[in-house]
Amino acid sequence: MSEPLERRAIISGAAQSEIGRRLYRTGIDLTIEASLRAIDDAGLTVADIDGISTYPGSGGPFGGCSGAELHDALRFSLNWRDGALETSGQLGAVHKAVLAVAAGLAKHVLVFRTVVEGSGGPMRVGGGGGGGMGGMPPAFQYLIPYGVTSAANWISCYARRHMHDYGTTREQLGAIAINARTNAASNPQAIYTDPMTMDDYLDVRMVSDPFCLYDCDVPCDGSTVVIVSHRDHAPDVPRGAVHVNAMGTALRGRPSWDQFDDLTTMAMRDSAASMWERTELTAADVDTAQLYDGFSWLTMAWIEALGFCEKGEGGPFVEGGARIAPDGELPLNTWGGQLSGGRLHGFGFLHEGVMQLRGTANLQVPDCEVAAVGAGGGPESGCLLLTRGAS
Amino acid sequence: MSIDPENPPPRFISPSPESEFYWRSGADGKLRIQRCGGCRRWIHPAGPVCPYCHSRDLAPEPVAGTGTIATFTVNRKEWIPGFEPPYVFALVELDEDPTIRISTNIVGCEIDEVAIDLRVEVEFEHNGDWFVPLFHPMVHATGDD
Ligand SMILES: [Zn+2]
Repeated sequence: MSEPLERRAIISGAAQSEIGRRLYRTGIDLTIEASLRAIDDAGLTVADIDGISTYPGSGGPFGGCSGAELHDALRFSLNWRDGALETSGQLGAVHKAVLAVAAGLAKHVLVFRTVVEGSGGPMRVGGGGGGGMGGMPPAFQYLIPYGVTSAANWISCYARRHMHDYGTTREQLGAIAINARTNAASNPQAIYTDPMTMDDYLDVRMVSDPFCLYDCDVPCDGSTVVIVSHRDHAPDVPRGAVHVNAMGTALRGRPSWDQFDDLTTMAMRDSAASMWERTELTAADVDTAQLYDGFSWLTMAWIEALGFCEKGEGGPFVEGGARIAPDGELPLNTWGGQLSGGRLHGFGFLHEGVMQLRGTANLQVPDCEVAAVGAGGGPESGCLLLTRGAS
Repeated sequence: MSIDPENPPPRFISPSPESEFYWRSGADGKLRIQRCGGCRRWIHPAGPVCPYCHSRDLAPEPVAGTGTIATFTVNRKEWIPGFEPPYVFALVELDEDPTIRISTNIVGCEIDEVAIDLRVEVEFEHNGDWFVPLFHPMVHATGDD
């Protein structure tokens, strides 16, 4: 194949703000903290940054900060800026930054996702908001009337169908939650670090059966920033450039929580497939996987979508946890995931992928050369294949 | 089960111009789905143009109101004040076209009787201006007669 355009881009810097539950700090405050750290981490100054990309931009879920707010707060002088919700999942902000750099629109793009728990939670109903002339957005007008306002409800329907068709068990979902909790103990920024046993998992209260509390991620406050630069800058990156090998952006099914064609997978089926169409690497080359766990089952769906096992075999793949442990064949969510590390909305996985490839993770995977990062669940998702060296 | 059609929970129904018929259809006891006059395919949710043949000759047509539970969840957390858990949210595949999935609550049975592949039929909850499609198990649910 001719060289995919994304190979021109690297991740030159990565950093996070303070992360916690109810920090009582504003989104812009957290974003500035992470931004200045990331710019320094990349060996750059504010004056070097000429692009900003964020998910979801103003007005999206879980609070945060808009690109324009950050733009003005640090008086950036930009050649390109973007922030939007309708993209290939949370990592869509990275995908677009990569394209901007590859196209020469910008040299160094600051990419961020900031979450503020205070405005998180399920969709508010009954007051204001809603979508234009019809009130509620079309995607939700057939869901909200039936008392299901949370992604926990919508995604648990997929998990149940996966259980029905493939024999997936709660213990197998629990293996993902326990792996995350165990790994979080090594992450000083993680929200939940107390050990969790399978009995703890099975005994906790149900939220939306088959999901219990520990199948659901934990809201938090925090900002994650990466700097996307042109690969020409790679020799000057103080902590080592992380190369973008391939991006997955496809959305080939209906963009719907309830009308998607397959009730045992979600949009990651397509983003993962499109990523592998753009690289010579295969699932067997991946040294660590950092896969979205807004709900435990989403990680299983990502494992299957990326081809680490056959469709429907995600349960046996994770069962017992040995295969996905830091010393297993596919070290998974080594920072604790959103289940225990905190709902950084996709960008916690990206940050950890960068740390692993640099060799500076808290729970470092030996000789980590290739990392797969996937974010999103439901009708939108996206992924990245990152490598330590250039391809 | 906790959803009592005689004492319905708040539904927050907020249709678009294309979908208003859906929430009024039950007034005569029939469920209606938008259908294309060009290619005769069913379309859900309703829209302004047929996604298959691009015809604008679209109209609601009655369906039998019978189908099969494709999947479901038992919600056990209160998200909306007055909408008391536990209750079952399900996706029902219609007999006319199983690619059409109807969001609904399952009523008229115990929660532990709800299962994937259970045969169900529609009933309507009169709730303010609207007739909310709900589904209950069919009497001869196994169809082995
Ligand atoms: Zn048609």
